[in-house]
Amino acid sequence: MSAGITVPLYRAAHGRTGDKGNRSNISVIAWHPDLYPVLLAQVTEAVVARHFAHRRPARVQRFELPQLAALNFVLDEVLDGGVNDALNLDTHGKALSFWLLDLPIEIPAALAPLLAGPS
Amino acid sequence: MTPSPPSPLLIGCAAGFSGDRVDAAGPVVDTLIARGGPAFLIFETLAERTLALAQLRRRADPDAGFEPLLDDMLRPVLARCLAHKIRIVSNFGAANPLAAARHIQAMAAGMGLPAPRIAVVAGDDLSGAQHEPLLRAQLGAAMDGIRKVSANAYIGAEAIAAALDAGAQIVVAGRVADPSLTVGPAMSHFGWRADDWDRLARATMAGHLLECGAQVCGGYFADPGYKEVPDLHAVGYPIAEIDSDGHCVIGKAARTGGVVSLAGVKEQLLYEVHDPAAYLTPDVVADISAAQLSQAGPDRVALSGVRGHARPASLKVNVCHEGGWLAEGEISYAGPRAEARARLAAEVLRRRLPGLALRVDLIGALSIMGDDAGRLLAHTPAGDARDVRLRVAATHSDRAQAERLPREVTALYCCGPAGGGGVRTSLTPRLNTLSCLVPREAVPLRFEMLEGVQ
Repeated sequence: MSAGITVPLYRAAHGRTGDKGNRSNISVIAWHPDLYPVLLAQVTEAVVARHFAHRRPARVQRFELPQLAALNFVLDEVLDGGVNDALNLDTHGKALSFWLLDLPIEIPAALAPLLAGPS
Repeated sequence: MTPSPPSPLLIGCAAGFSGDRVDAAGPVVDTLIARGGPAFLIFETLAERTLALAQLRRRADPDAGFEPLLDDMLRPVLARCLAHKIRIVSNFGAANPLAAARHIQAMAAGMGLPAPRIAVVAGDDLSGAQHEPLLRAQLGAAMDGIRKVSANAYIGAEAIAAALDAGAQIVVAGRVADPSLTVGPAMSHFGWRADDWDRLARATMAGHLLECGAQVCGGYFADPGYKEVPDLHAVGYPIAEIDSDGHCVIGKAARTGGVVSLAGVKEQLLYEVHDPAAYLTPDVVADISAAQLSQAGPDRVALSGVRGHARPASLKVNVCHEGGWLAEGEISYAGPRAEARARLAAEVLRRRLPGLALRVDLIGALSIMGDDAGRLLAHTPAGDARDVRLRVAATHSDRAQAERLPREVTALYCCGPAGGGGVRTSLTPRLNTLSCLVPREAVPLRFEMLEGVQ
């Protein structure tokens, strides 16, 4: 396998957080369809659960949307009760997509030209 | 030779939440008029918390309890909508749709307009004593001892469609599910049955894309260097073109900022979605697991591949109840060792406030990414941030206990670490939420035309 480069997930994908009650969903959308298999292989339920360990998710589910080159993560009980209960200033957890997008991933060097943003 | 397809239905959305911009509707209405053809304008102004706040306002004033910005949102476009047969559908009735309808009626009269036919959708409000057994049957002991503020079922599109079929020019609802504001007009316009699952699902996802207003037009998207949005200060609001099968193209109001792009529409399509194969609404279970998006032109994105399944047998109900008191306090430290001084101040507050579970934020070092229990903060080594605002928060059922927090934060002026300034404190009543499902048959829905006034 060719040498890879380690980059933050936001170079390969973008996303948005939504909330319902004490549950957060975070989309992870590949900037290019060719980057989708990398997300599929590396941004797994286990990896995401570990990345959010301080939020003690009761469950992390990943849904795959290959037509959109996107993943949808659903994290249960990570919002300290949600919009009416949490003490966080960001009771909705709006910022959580950016926490996930900071995850380091390894990209095959051949795909580097597809990455977004300044290298 | 086949007849040319009928012109698509246009549905513009001019609000995505309570408190949205009141100058949004003008360009949407201008665009709907310029394009001609059948058109609706919707305003989505309710969130999980909004209704309970509206119910509290109604308690204080029987003529209040609808969207506080209703007048500001509607007045600039009401005359043009009525003149050009653009019908208006909204949940801005909140906790008091009848009062909202009367307000609109008076507004139209005051503007010298012919009296519009206004329908009021009712049945979602389950806060009355007669509904107590229904809620208790679902929530059981969780209802014991709570002080209920509001209880509303998320209702669907059928009552809206029926009101439109009956000739309503304006439909005022309360807790209608957000996408149903789009499904109702589409059902009525195209004459779809309430079990036409594929078409209802497609219109539901069109409504889902519209329901947050600017969020599908480049709002809530910009990230400099990664996601550029032109003229974000003037971001436009969306218009969906829906065909007779429910397929849609999302565009936006002419001569506005923002962008309707594949990336932005993908984000909004998945916003607040859990299982993409089962997006539950009162109208249908929508399946977007095989949905496709394509750029159909500048600022135009087409959605296809949405399927539908039979609607759920139950409706979701949110019960809001009084939740004690939220106490918050903030103080800033800046310059050399600012973070260390802020951390010391937090420690002082912890020692002074036994019995209150404090959340601590070091704004400028680590705040909203952290959890209420402080696990992330505890595992983050102290840094050297030089401009830190300490924020602490706690909740308590007893107001006197909660009040200890703002007093101790204020006391940091003289008794805390060096150089603290800019104290702000607040004590606010809280609302908590319980959710349950109730059988659909237990929530009879209806609409009523507002009687005309002379």
